[in-house]
Amino acid sequence: MTALAARLVQAAMVAVLIGIATFVMMRSLPGDAAWRIAAGRYGYDNVDAAAADAVRAELGLGGPVLPALLQWFGDLLRLDFGNSLVTGQPVMEEIAHQLGASVSLALVAVVLSLLIGPPLGILAGLRPGGVLDRALLVVSTGLKAVPQFLMALVLIVVIAVQMRWLPAAGHGELRHFVLPALTLALGLAAVNARIARDAMARIAGMPFWSFAQWKGLSERQVLFRHGLRNISVPLLTYLGLQFVTLVEGVIIVESIFGWPGIGHALVHAIFSRDVPMVQGTALVLGLGFVLVNAAIDFAVRRIDPRQAT
Amino acid sequence: MIKTFVSTVAAIALLAAPALAQADTTLDVVAQFEIQAPEPSTSGYIFTRMGIAETLVNADAEGRLTPGLATEWAMSQDGLSWTFTLREDVVFHDGTPMTSETVVNALEIARAKPGPLAGLPIIGISAGEGELTIALSEPLAALPAFLAEYRSQILAPASYGPDGAGVQIIGTGPYRITDLQPPLSLDATAFEGYWGAAPQIADVSYSGVSRVETRALMAESGEAEFVFGLDPASVSRLGMVEGTEVLSVAIPRTLLIKVNAGHPFLSEPAARRALSLAIDRAGIATAVLRYPEGATQLFPPSVEGWHDESLTPLSYDVAQAREILAGLGWQEGADGILTRDGERFALTLTTYPDRPELPLVAAVLEQQFRAIGVELTINTTNSSEIPAGHQDGSLDLGLLARNFGLIPDPIGTVLGDYVGNGDWGAMNWSNDTFATLVRGIARGEGGVAERAEAAAILQADLPIIPIAWYRQTLAVSDRVEGATIDPFERSFGLQDMRWAE
Repeated sequence: MTALAARLVQAAMVAVLIGIATFVMMRSLPGDAAWRIAAGRYGYDNVDAAAADAVRAELGLGGPVLPALLQWFGDLLRLDFGNSLVTGQPVMEEIAHQLGASVSLALVAVVLSLLIGPPLGILAGLRPGGVLDRALLVVSTGLKAVPQFLMALVLIVVIAVQMRWLPAAGHGELRHFVLPALTLALGLAAVNARIARDAMARIAGMPFWSFAQWKGLSERQVLFRHGLRNISVPLLTYLGLQFVTLVEGVIIVESIFGWPGIGHALVHAIFSRDVPMVQGTALVLGLGFVLVNAAIDFAVRRIDPRQAT
Repeated sequence: MIKTFVSTVAAIALLAAPALAQADTTLDVVAQFEIQAPEPSTSGYIFTRMGIAETLVNADAEGRLTPGLATEWAMSQDGLSWTFTLREDVVFHDGTPMTSETVVNALEIARAKPGPLAGLPIIGISAGEGELTIALSEPLAALPAFLAEYRSQILAPASYGPDGAGVQIIGTGPYRITDLQPPLSLDATAFEGYWGAAPQIADVSYSGVSRVETRALMAESGEAEFVFGLDPASVSRLGMVEGTEVLSVAIPRTLLIKVNAGHPFLSEPAARRALSLAIDRAGIATAVLRYPEGATQLFPPSVEGWHDESLTPLSYDVAQAREILAGLGWQEGADGILTRDGERFALTLTTYPDRPELPLVAAVLEQQFRAIGVELTINTTNSSEIPAGHQDGSLDLGLLARNFGLIPDPIGTVLGDYVGNGDWGAMNWSNDTFATLVRGIARGEGGVAERAEAAAILQADLPIIPIAWYRQTLAVSDRVEGATIDPFERSFGLQDMRWAE
C-alpha cells in the first residue's frame, strides 16, 4: 500500500517536472512560435507573414509565461490537455490515436524479443562455453551494434523487396506489424538473451541446481521447476530499463516504416512548436515510464518475495 | 529442448501466415504529405489530388484552365465582376445537392482563412440562379486561376464547424472518404452519384510516408501501386526494377536564391550578377539533382508565356565574377576572402531541410562562392525563418524552392513575390517598370511581349538568383495502366487509372 502511495507521489512529481521542463524548453527555443506553427500548418509553400499573423491573432501567443503554465496545470487537473496548435484537434484524441499505435507496436516487439532472446539465452547458459553460447555472444553483440535505422533498412530490403514476403511499410493490418516489431525486437533480444544466458549460467552453477539434478530430475524438470523463476527476476528488472531503449527505437522505427505513433507525433510537434502536443506526449511517456516500472516492481516482488523485506 | 524451441517458432509462423496473406483490390497511393485534419486550408491538396474534393475551375497539363464544378465563366465589360455558371446535377458525398448558396458558403469560408483568396480585391460573392458572381474592387484577369487552387475547393456546408474550421471532408469528387485517420491514412471508394465518368478502380487508399527511402522501397516491393515524390538516387534504381515504371515531368517550380537587395554587399545589381556567375548550374543539376540541365532563367519552360527562349541565359564564369567584384572595390584578403573597407564578404545562407536537396545544394554553393572569395555560412533551419527574416530584415540569402503553379496562372505568385510584400520573393527590391507591367498583366492587359519584358527585368536585375528547374517523379506499378503525372500537381489522376489485364 505504501509502495502504491509512493508511486502515486512519484507520478505526480513526474507530471509537474515534465510540465515545467517542456514548457520552459519550448519557450526558450529561438525563433518566433507563430511563424513555426504557421509553417507546420500550411507548409513551406504557403507560410508567409499573413499566415503567421493569423496564427498569432488566433492563438494569442506571446503572453506572459507564468499564467500560461498555471493554466496548463489547471487544465491538466481536469484531464484537459488542450488543442493542438497545428491541427486544432484535441491533444487527448491525437495522443490516444497515436499512443495506441505505438503501444501495440512496442508490445508486439517486447513479446517477440522475449520469444527470441531468453530461450536462446537459456539454452546457451545451460552449456556455457558451448558452440551455441559462443555463437550467441557474437550474434547478439553484432545485433546490438547495428543501429536500428540500418537494421530496418536491411530487413526491408531482404524480406520485403527481395523475398516479397511482407510489406515494406504502412500500417493498419497485422502483416504491417512484423518488420517494425522485428527491428525493435532484435535489438531488445540481443540484450535480454545475454541477461538470460548469464543468469542461467549463474544459477546452473549453484548448489541447489546440482541437488535438483542429483535427486533425479530431468534437465527439463530442473529448468521449469527451479530455473525459470530465478532467471525471470533479472530479465524483468532489465525489461524496465529497456523501456527507454524501446521509446528511443520507436521514434526511429516509426519514421522509417511510416507508423502513425507517438514518436512521430512528438518529433513533428517539436518542429512546429506545438507546445500542448509536446507537453501531452512527454507527460504520457513519463507517466508510462512510472507505470511500467511500478508494474515490474510489483511483478518482481511476486516472483521473488525475499526482496520484499 | 532445441527441438521444442524450433517447433514453437515454426508453429507461430504457420499460424501467422494466413493472416499475413493479402487479397488486394485497392489502389495504394503513397506520398510524403501528412493529413493534419479534415481542413481544406491545411491539408486540402491531399483531398483534391485524391479526387475527393473539386474546385470550380481545373487546369490541364499545359496550365490552361478547363471547366470543373463551373462550366463557364465570364468577366464583365469593366472587369469588376466575374460570373461563374455552375455545373448542374452535382451532389455532395452526403447526398445534398451543390447549389450556388453552398458554393458561396465554401468560398466565403476559404476567403476568411490565410491563403491566396484572402489577398484578392474581392468585394463580395453572391449567389444567383445556377451561377455565382464575384465583385471586385479592381480588375483581376487571373481570378478563375485562383479558384483552381486547392484551398478554393467546394465542400458541403456540413463539412465546416460553426467557426468555419473543417470537421469532415464532404466533397463532390469521384471518390468519397470511407475512413480518414490523420496524420497518415485515408481510404476512399468510388462515389456512385458522381457527375462525371465513374472511376474504373473502385477502392483507393492514401498513406503518408515521410521518408523518401521508405517510399522508394514500397514501390520496389510492390506494396504501393502509385508512389509520389522520389529522390534522384531512387529514380535511377527504380528505373531498373521490373514491374515498376518511373514517370517524370518538368514542373513549374524553381530552385533559387532569394537575395536581400538592401544588404550593403548586395545592393548593386552587379554584385548579384557576380554571385550568379559563380554558380555552376550544370554541375549542381547533374551531380546533386541528377537533372540534365540547370536553369537559364527564373521561369521554367512549363510556365507558358513567362519563359522566354530568346532571353540571354544565365552563365557560369568565375573569372568574370571576380572581375566584377574587383570593379566594385573588393580586394582579396590573406585567407582568400574578399574585403572592402575592412569588411569581409561574408554572408549567411538560410535554407530548410523539408526538401532534402536544399541543404546539399547549399553545401555546393558554399564551395562555389568561396571560389570567388565570398564566404558563406549555411543555416539550415525551419522554413519559416526565410519569410520571418524577410520581415525583420535579418536575412542575407535564402535558398528555396518556389512553386509558380500552385495557382495555375503564375501571375498570382509573381505579383505576390515581386510586387507585393514578397515573403518568398524579392527583398528590398522594387522596379517601377516591372510593377506597372505585372499589374497590367494581372488586370488582363498585355500579352506575351509584356510577360517577356517582365521576365527580362528579373533576369537583368537578379532580385533572386535562379539555379535549377524542378522535375516531379513518381513510380507506378505495372499492375495498373493509365497513370499520368500532372505538372501542376493538382491531381494524382486516379479516376483515369485501371487495373492491367
